[in-house]
Amino acid sequence: MSKLLEARELCAFYGPTQVLFALGLNVDEGGITTLLGANGAGKTTTLRSLSGMCRTSGEIRFDGKPIAGRATEDIVRLGIAHVPQGRGTFSRQTVEENLQIGAMTRRGRAAIASDVERVYGYFPRLKERRTQQAGTLSGGEQQMLAVGRAMMLRPRLMLLDEPSFGLAPLIVEELFGILRTLNKSEKVSMLLVEQNASLALDLADHAYLIETGRLVMEGPAQHLRDDENIRKAYLGY
Amino acid sequence: MELFLHQVLAGLATGGIYACMALAVVMIYQAIDHLNFAQGEMAMFSTFIAWQLIQWGIPYWAAFVLTIGISFIAGVLIDRIVLKPLHGQHILSHVVAFIALLSIFNSTAGFIWDWTIKSFASPFGSGQLFGQSLIGPHDAGMMAVTLVMLVFLYLFFRHTRIGLAMRAAAANPESAQLAGIRVGWMNALGWGMAAAIGSVAGMLIAPVVFLEPNMMLSILLYGFAGAVVGGLTSPGGAVLGGFAVGVIENLAGTYIPVVGREMKLSIALCIIVAVLCVKPSGLFGRPVVTRV
Repeated sequence: MSKLLEARELCAFYGPTQVLFALGLNVDEGGITTLLGANGAGKTTTLRSLSGMCRTSGEIRFDGKPIAGRATEDIVRLGIAHVPQGRGTFSRQTVEENLQIGAMTRRGRAAIASDVERVYGYFPRLKERRTQQAGTLSGGEQQMLAVGRAMMLRPRLMLLDEPSFGLAPLIVEELFGILRTLNKSEKVSMLLVEQNASLALDLADHAYLIETGRLVMEGPAQHLRDDENIRKAYLGY
Repeated sequence: MELFLHQVLAGLATGGIYACMALAVVMIYQAIDHLNFAQGEMAMFSTFIAWQLIQWGIPYWAAFVLTIGISFIAGVLIDRIVLKPLHGQHILSHVVAFIALLSIFNSTAGFIWDWTIKSFASPFGSGQLFGQSLIGPHDAGMMAVTLVMLVFLYLFFRHTRIGLAMRAAAANPESAQLAGIRVGWMNALGWGMAAAIGSVAGMLIAPVVFLEPNMMLSILLYGFAGAVVGGLTSPGGAVLGGFAVGVIENLAGTYIPVVGREMKLSIALCIIVAVLCVKPSGLFGRPVVTRV
């Protein structure tokens, strides 16, 4: 498999403080990679660095082209949809407007309209609530809306920041099922940040483990899942 | 009764101008979270440009449209040149920049066109409308132009993609960026539109208050009052607030003996203080909750 996203020697800084230390990271074309770690390990910062929302050094390549240092909007336009922590809902806009916002960089009304229907196909609950203000949705619905909004970009890569956060187990199961379908049938590659390691390792085919901004382990998801020492030491289950 | 109706209608006419100023203030507030003190002086400067164009022999409505275009471009440039470098800086930097803009526009207008009061022609003429005295033709024209503009703005923000993109950029800039929206340019567009709206307000009110470099000072204060009444987070509320302030100002000036003409301006300040005490987020605004 070819590498869709490739980060080398990636460092990130908040003001004078360095948060990431020479991370190396790949996402395969068509694959799901997960990035695991405890609170404050730098998972969110990694995603923000890839989207150009942090001061970074090092090399980031998307589809072979360097993207480090480019503006967030330009990176998004290459086909990287970032579903941020906290879901990034436009709470005063309606559900449908939220989806339209996701397609703002695209042209062609007909294609956009059919993509809205496609998102509703995956998330029927959103269709029921299409004219409702997005801020009135439940947490699970807002997360689905965030994924739906990302789909509207027709991305090649989705960066997902703790999509399971604060959701009931049943909702999480439904959501992860849909992510799996998106990956299989829509050929969307994914980089998934999670605290819920067992969930993420079930979905992903490759995993990275970071601790205080440094890479401590990487390998096939299967391998991390099966290694009891790793599980006990880092993943807490 | 006729006096009452007359005062209400006149209040609605000037209220439309306050509504425009309030809307301009709110649009910029939504984009950068600060009040633009220079909004009035920008509108005044636009009005002088219109006056100059008319002096050069350009017909009124051509000058009107031309001025709107010039103001829009100037608004965009102000954002790009002055505000963009200040992005993310401390609130005081913004305040200083606004005061600087205010004083620059004010004294430049005085320098170019001097400080004497000029009359500014009304395109609607004077005299009586339909042979009745309830409302003058300029007041009626002012109301009509304001309403048409507000309807256009409403349609623009509700039903166009770029309007939605501007709303998204104002509501949640980071999330808008992640949708690929160029938030910086949306802000610039907001500045351009605010400047254009202000120029319309200036050109419409100039025949009433006469043209001079300080003409917009009190108008902007009423605009602020309207914006605060309606809520700084609600463009529709700001428009309603502007109309309400216009009517309240007129009725108070007529019926409360101590207020009279001289004390009218303090009404705007009383309204601001009263609303801030009772409902700080305005009648239609939503309270801003910040996680600390």
